[in-house]
Amino acid sequence: MRSATLRKEPTPMPDVIDAIVKVRGISKNYGDVEALRGIDLDFPRGKLTSLLGPSGCGKTTLLKIIAGLVNADAGTVEVNGKTVSKPGPERAFVFQDFALMPWATVLRNVAFGLELRGKPVAEREKTARHYINEVGLSGFEQKYPHELSGGMRQRVGLARALSVDADVLLLDEPFSAVDEQNRRKFQEDLIRLRTNQNKTFIFVTHSIEEAVYISDRIVLLSPRPGRISQIIEPEIDRSVDPDRIHRDKHYLDTVEEIWQGLKQYVD
Amino acid sequence: MASIRTEGEAIGLAPTGLAEGRSWQDNPTLLRLISVVLFAGIWQIAGMIPVSFAFPTFLDTMAAFFSMMADGSLPKAYLSTLQPLILGVVLSAFLGVGLGTLCGLWRTGEWLFIPVFIVLQAAPVAAFIPMVTFIYGIGMTAKTLAVMILALPVIVLNTYKAVRNVNFSLISMCQSFLGTRWQVVSKIILPDASPVIFAGLRLGVAAGFVGVVLAELLITPTGIGDLITFHRSRADYAEMYATIASIIALSTLTLVALQWIETRVFRPEKRGA
Repeated sequence: MRSATLRKEPTPMPDVIDAIVKVRGISKNYGDVEALRGIDLDFPRGKLTSLLGPSGCGKTTLLKIIAGLVNADAGTVEVNGKTVSKPGPERAFVFQDFALMPWATVLRNVAFGLELRGKPVAEREKTARHYINEVGLSGFEQKYPHELSGGMRQRVGLARALSVDADVLLLDEPFSAVDEQNRRKFQEDLIRLRTNQNKTFIFVTHSIEEAVYISDRIVLLSPRPGRISQIIEPEIDRSVDPDRIHRDKHYLDTVEEIWQGLKQYVD
Repeated sequence: MASIRTEGEAIGLAPTGLAEGRSWQDNPTLLRLISVVLFAGIWQIAGMIPVSFAFPTFLDTMAAFFSMMADGSLPKAYLSTLQPLILGVVLSAFLGVGLGTLCGLWRTGEWLFIPVFIVLQAAPVAAFIPMVTFIYGIGMTAKTLAVMILALPVIVLNTYKAVRNVNFSLISMCQSFLGTRWQVVSKIILPDASPVIFAGLRLGVAAGFVGVVLAELLITPTGIGDLITFHRSRADYAEMYATIASIIALSTLTLVALQWIETRVFRPEKRGA
């Protein structure tokens, strides 16, 4: 395992050769509160980038601006070279509270993105079944969300986002409502899925361990106003046994380093 | 209670019928039957005491019911009552849900209509019935309107509240997966609001029954209202009670049917729960 590449610049703008999402000068205020100020950020294609920071640093706001669910006060977001301001087919969102329709089965929930796009029933259910299998929920197609555990519900949310075949998956603290054991399992599955699916992931989390464990690139945000304070690329070999990563010295050092950097912002 | 099997029972709620190893207490059909038999029994005893000379026994009432069915007076009365009732209730349901949804989604509509319905709901609406008669006479229109002024406010207000309180996260989800405005309304807002909308519909339908009986007692002596008045004036108390009981039974059956439609069509996840 190699050492982490730490970049500490006043206005961090690291070289990204192939950026799928480009954020330029994004600012957002909620009334008097300045949520984000002048964010410039590139997200490399095919990688998992985490937005990490204490609560109130605007990480979810930034993700929702990229998703087109929240309008920025200033700045632009480019996806695949095109400026976007609304949700689009190249992006799919995974919600913190799962956002599953309680009246619909797992199958219909997963196929919902395709249903909205007017795909025929047979076709969308075939795709949905494929991704239900992919996230390990085969056999639960006809269950309703209230019959599933938190972890399983979020798997449905992930399958729904995968089945619309977007280039970029936006995940808003997807594991925060999932218990610790399921969260670990889910993180391992996410690492596996990422290798298989060849998609770009943008992942919001407040857990340092989670960010270091799964990310190719971690963007640290500082709060009030939300700004980029540091970008870290933990070069951890994830092909080894997942349990070994958690005991790895390099993993632990990176976690510690991020904590030292974030400590000042915690009140 | 033999043992505690569900979380609901642990905090003292009635059993849901989902638990394993059911005892006779968990059999809903049997419980309902026992409840009906008990009610009929108490009625019979109260009639035999008698509580009042104007209070017939259960069996006398049932006999009166069948004789009125046989001589055709009850079916004839229902034929006349059901027309304004069904028309009024169906109109109120569609108009109420439509208007309530509109007010929930559209600010201007909210300002225009909601205060009117809040006032209507608070007002003793039965007092308007003579006014309706004054304007529309004593025909079908007046009776239908009587049903609607009682049924509409509660349906509109419930729908409006339900639409305003829809889970915002689901709307966001629908938008992020490229749902159009119309898809957001039809696939998210209405299904998510449907339990509260149906609660409003049940209250509205019950109010519609009140409206039609009031109209027949106050406006035109026809149908069920007339049958009640007629038998009261002749002191045929068994017949009078049979008429009243029959309309209560019909109202109850309608509400049960409405609940059945709700769980079948709109919220299948609540089936059996």
